[in-house]
Amino acid sequence: MSESSAAGAWMKSRSRAWSEWLTQLPARPRNLDVAAAQRFIERYRALARDLASARRLLPGSRATAALEALYVSAHADIDRSAPASRARGLQLLRDEVPAIVRSLRPTILWLALLLAVATAAGYWLIGRYPDLIVLIASDKMIDDVEHGRLWTEGLLHVTPASLVSMRILSNNIVVSLFAFCGGIFFGLGAFYIVAINGLMLGAMFAFTHRYGIDGALLKFILAHGPVELSVMCIAGAAGTALGESLIRPTAPTRRESFQLAANRIVRVLLACALLLIGCGLIEGFISPDPRPSLALRAAIGLGYWVLMLAFLSGRLLRPFGARSAQTRRR
Amino acid sequence: MHIAGLTGVDVALDIAGAGTRSYAFILDWHIRVLLALGWYCWVWWMLRAIHAASALATRPFFLLAGLPAIVIYLLYHPVLEVLMRGRTPGKRRAGVRIVLRNGGTPGVGALLVRNIFRLVDSLPMLYVFGLVCCLTTEQRVRIGDLAAGTVLIRDSVAAGRALAQLGAMVSDSGLKPEAVELVHDLLERWSALELSRRDEIARSILARIDRDSSEVGLSALDDAQLLCRLRTLVNAGAETRA
Repeated sequence: MSESSAAGAWMKSRSRAWSEWLTQLPARPRNLDVAAAQRFIERYRALARDLASARRLLPGSRATAALEALYVSAHADIDRSAPASRARGLQLLRDEVPAIVRSLRPTILWLALLLAVATAAGYWLIGRYPDLIVLIASDKMIDDVEHGRLWTEGLLHVTPASLVSMRILSNNIVVSLFAFCGGIFFGLGAFYIVAINGLMLGAMFAFTHRYGIDGALLKFILAHGPVELSVMCIAGAAGTALGESLIRPTAPTRRESFQLAANRIVRVLLACALLLIGCGLIEGFISPDPRPSLALRAAIGLGYWVLMLAFLSGRLLRPFGARSAQTRRR
Repeated sequence: MHIAGLTGVDVALDIAGAGTRSYAFILDWHIRVLLALGWYCWVWWMLRAIHAASALATRPFFLLAGLPAIVIYLLYHPVLEVLMRGRTPGKRRAGVRIVLRNGGTPGVGALLVRNIFRLVDSLPMLYVFGLVCCLTTEQRVRIGDLAAGTVLIRDSVAAGRALAQLGAMVSDSGLKPEAVELVHDLLERWSALELSRRDEIARSILARIDRDSSEVGLSALDDAQLLCRLRTLVNAGAETRA
C-alpha cells in the first residue's frame, strides 16, 4: 500500500471519531463529572496518537495542523491549577505571606531607614530653603498652609468620607504597585518611590512647622500613617527583591529568576492591598474629622500597626487554621 | 517554542506576534471603553428618567455612575482573563489566548501578575515599553508575560470542525488526502488568483481527481462553474455526513 493510500485509509478510519469529538464533549471543559473527565483525558490521548500518525503519514498537511491545534488546546485545558478555594486563601494569608515577609525583613528594615533618612533630608532641605516647597506641594496646598490651615481641613465638608476613602485607598494601592513593579529597574524604582515619599513627608512637616501647624499635620497622619508608611516599605522591599532576582539570579537564567521571584513575592501585595483598604477607611473617616483627640488617634494608629504586625507574622489567622484542622480531625 | 505534551508527544506553540497582540488589545480597549461609557450613560439616563435631577449634579452620581465605570475599565482585563481562562473577547476575536510557558492554562496568580505589570508596560505612554519589549524578545512577550511566565499563542478554535470536515471529505468523497488539501488550498486562494490562472489550475486539478470529467467537458466550463465543481467535490463528504 502506498503512503498516500495509507494516509487515506487512516483518515477514513478516524473520521467517525473526529466527528464524534465535536458533539460528545464540551469545547471548554468546566465542572466535569468523573466519567466526562475520563472521556476528556481519553480524547487527549487519542489526539496524541492521531497527531503522531498524522505527522508520519501527512507531514505539513491541514489535518496535521488541525490536530496540533486541538492537541495544544486540550493540553492547556488539562494542565491547569486547581480552582481557588477558601482554604487556599487562608493558607496564602496565614502561611505564605508571613513566610515571604520574614524573608524580606532585612530589606524592609533598610527601606524603613531609607524612608527615615529621606524624611530627615526633606525636613532639612525645606527648613533651609523654603522656596523649594514649590517643587513638592501644589499652589493650593502652599496657599492654605501660608494662611495657617492644613489642606485637609474641611475635606469632609466638600467630599463624602466614602469618596475620600475610595480615592485615597486606590491611590495608595497604585503607589504600592508602582513600588513593586519599579523593582524591575534593578530595584532602583522601589528605592526611588520610597525615598521620594519620605522626602515629601519631611518637606511638608518642615513647611507646616514654619507656620506652626505641624502639630495639626501630625494629628492628621497619626491614625493611618504608621501602617501606610510600613506598607510602602513592604511594597518597596518586594520591588527590591524583584530587582535582586535580576542582579543575582537564583535560577539558571535571569528570566526564570525574575519569574520565580515575581510569582512568589506578588502574594505580599495582596496583604498590602488589604492593609491599605483599612488605611483608606481611617484616612477617609477618622483623619480629617476634627473631633477625635490626639490620644485616640495615636491609639488607633498604634492598634492598627500592631494588628498589621500580627497579620503579617501569621499570628492573627493562626487560630482559624487550628480551628479548621480540629474540624477536619473530627 | 516547543512544549512537552503529557503523553510524550511534543508540539510547537504558535506564538502570536506584536501585530496580533496589538489587534487584540485595541479590540479589548474599545470594548471596555464602550462598556464603561454604556454604564455611565445608562445610570445618567435612569436617573434622568426618574426625575432625580438633583442626583445628577451631586457626588452620589459619581458613586453610582463614575466609580463603576472606572472599575469596569480598570478590571476588565484581570477579571475576564481569569474567568475566560486566558482569553478576553478581543483575544478571542483575534484568535489568541494566554498560556503558561509549559502550555498549561495560567492560574489566577499568574494572570494577576501579568496584569499588575501593565503599570510598567504602559510606560511612558500607549504601551510603548511593552511594545518595544514585545518586538525585541524571542517569544514576543511584554514585561508582564516575563514576570508571569506566560506567552500569547494563536488559538485555533475552528480546528476541531476543520479536522472533522477533512476526515469526512476524505472518507465520503473518495478523494485522496492530498487531493482534498490541494482543492482546499485552491479554494482558499481563489479570489486572490488571476481569473485565467485559477481556471487553468482548476481544470488541471479536476482532470486528475474527478473521474467524471473529460478534457473537452472541462474546457467548456467557465469560472463560476469550475468553482462550483470544486466546491461540490470537497463538500460531498461533509454534506453526506451532515
